[in-house]
Amino acid sequence: MSDPAPFEPACPFPIENYPQVLLAHGGGGRLMHQLIQRMIVPAFKNPWLEQQHDASIFELGGQRLAFTTDSYVVRPMFFPGGDLGSLAVHGTVNDLAMAGARPLYLSAGLIIEEGVAMESLWRILASMQRAATAAGVQIITGDTKVVDRGKGDGIFINTAGIGVVEQTVSIAPASIKPGDAVLVSGDLGRHGMAIMAVREGLEFESSIESDSAPLAGPVRALLDAGVEVHCLRDITRGGLTSVLNELAEASGFPIHVEEARMPVREDVRVACEILGFDPLQVACEGRMVGFVPEPEVERALKIWSGIEVTAGAVRIGEVGQGGAPRVILKSTIGAQRILDMGSGEQLPRIC
Amino acid sequence: MKFIDEYRDAAKARQAGQELARHVTRPWTIMEVCGGQTHAIVKFGIDELLPPQLTLIHGPGCPVCVTPLELIDKALELAARPEVIFCSFGDMLRVPGSHRDLLSVKAAGGDVRVLYSPLDALKIAAQNPAREAVFFAVGFETTAPTMAMAVCQAARLGLKNFSLLVSHVLVPPAMEALLSAPGCQVQAFLAAGHVCAVMGYEEYLPIAAKYHVPIVVTGFEPLDILQGLLMCVRQLESGRAEVENQYSRAVRREGNLPAQQTLREVFRVVPRKWRGVGEIPRSGLGLAEAFRAFDAELKFGLAANSVSEPAECQSGLVLQGRIKPAQCPAFGTRCTPEHPLGATMVSSEGACAAYYRYRREPAATQSS
Repeated sequence: MSDPAPFEPACPFPIENYPQVLLAHGGGGRLMHQLIQRMIVPAFKNPWLEQQHDASIFELGGQRLAFTTDSYVVRPMFFPGGDLGSLAVHGTVNDLAMAGARPLYLSAGLIIEEGVAMESLWRILASMQRAATAAGVQIITGDTKVVDRGKGDGIFINTAGIGVVEQTVSIAPASIKPGDAVLVSGDLGRHGMAIMAVREGLEFESSIESDSAPLAGPVRALLDAGVEVHCLRDITRGGLTSVLNELAEASGFPIHVEEARMPVREDVRVACEILGFDPLQVACEGRMVGFVPEPEVERALKIWSGIEVTAGAVRIGEVGQGGAPRVILKSTIGAQRILDMGSGEQLPRIC
Repeated sequence: MKFIDEYRDAAKARQAGQELARHVTRPWTIMEVCGGQTHAIVKFGIDELLPPQLTLIHGPGCPVCVTPLELIDKALELAARPEVIFCSFGDMLRVPGSHRDLLSVKAAGGDVRVLYSPLDALKIAAQNPAREAVFFAVGFETTAPTMAMAVCQAARLGLKNFSLLVSHVLVPPAMEALLSAPGCQVQAFLAAGHVCAVMGYEEYLPIAAKYHVPIVVTGFEPLDILQGLLMCVRQLESGRAEVENQYSRAVRREGNLPAQQTLREVFRVVPRKWRGVGEIPRSGLGLAEAFRAFDAELKFGLAANSVSEPAECQSGLVLQGRIKPAQCPAFGTRCTPEHPLGATMVSSEGACAAYYRYRREPAATQSS
């Protein structure tokens, strides 16, 4: 590497001694976290980025807006319960919703590998349109690039989204308070295992379907009912574990959760057991955690239980006070341990 | 989940802990051999249920951890070759060699693939006749039979572009090496259930008799481990030193005979160096003469290399149960899963990784 000295802020290489980017740097675990903290945030340093929220909130003409972007790639492109197109809409809609915004407009950037079947492309586009309609957003601008065969993995999609923030309270990690209850909106790990089961050729009595879904509706329902919501975050790569660790760190408080309360579907647990994965580290695409004060728990759960995508919502723990900002899990046999963020991708184990 | 949840029952686990406390009259030190058991103990917090007189020490039963550095370097060298498709279990990808790991080789353009079974590597070999599929054959007696089966199939199919980089190790010789080392503190063993599912447990009888040490073949769920400990304690308290089988739902005395037959055909017993422990006679498996064509070390003419471990890494002492991971000065500071000094910090069965993942600052975890 050439001398990094002239770059300001100082080039933070080496990231834990890896001179090249690894797949694990995108795996949603600690390596990705470090990449963002040590390279990306310092490179673009500004107060909006430092909110470290799923979407940035800013004012324009007296109106508070939320803005976010995400890129999507998944193999296989079509999987039980969804496809790349619906994923690309849901993910960005959800990032806006997590900031308490009403999602309005999306952009779509497509990077298509030469040789992709026209029919597949059409199915993806049609799926994006259906997902956008269902989530109440419109895709109003876009871009298309085609790359040489072998230089892309089918189709990559980037979507950016804009939404409007109507409530005045700040729904963000900084609003998390000791004593807040931690809710999850439904069963965990289904998206990741739906993909893994297809990739590994695992067959169950019925296929595991991805949980991919838009979450703006259930968020809106809480806010419209006047529920005091302190923080929301959708669960994606790295699973519940990564989300809770990020929020413990960002809020400065420990988070206590119970293994026995974790909603994980039986078939997902079995698939995880066979493949050697921890369901709490497996990706979701239609689930979120919510932090609400104790008196609001019952009302929040009641509202969510009446909406299909959040019908399985439960309380999994609460925010503690004092001690290191870590996630502490009470195991099924009653002992306590750290629930630590994974390093990178979960690697299937030997035996 | 049937056949899992029954063995993770909180009330029964507490009862088992109390049962142990009733039987223990003085201090005992028991080693769980297998890294899978170590992780279950730390992950579920099984040790928190034990009476204070009982000390668990963690054994060398992590195949990733004991694979010698020289062999990791050979794997890295092979994986970087353009003609090679290097296939491995996922655990091995982050294990540090002298300078880098398989993930780095992959990022630099090496064709490294994570597989669940060497049989998948046969398919890759058949689909890529112009290239060489090499499988990193690590593990104990548990994984060796699938390797042997892959080699037999490759021979039958006439696949010339498939080979194994072999680093298989055997459990009983390592137990003997630990027992005969000066200052050995181990008074009883939980033997590794899945190894015994393949090999049976007759080979442990002479060890129990010679060293007067109870050996209990044990499973991997919390209640298995607690029951295994109880069986050890009963023996220790009554002065017995026998081989008993806690894991009878998976293990028979004679083991899996067809698997053993295939092992004997394909492999021969060889001396093997264990990372952090040193060479142990008759403790490994190498390919038998008739299957030399599938030996990647011979096929690619990998020269013997001599390398040394980072001086600071104390994984050898951890693997021999002489120190607990947190007693290593580098633990959690200069050695972390993101920047490991030794394999015990990386592998899903490594003791250091278990302590780092579940137990940093144990005091902080006690509050609630």
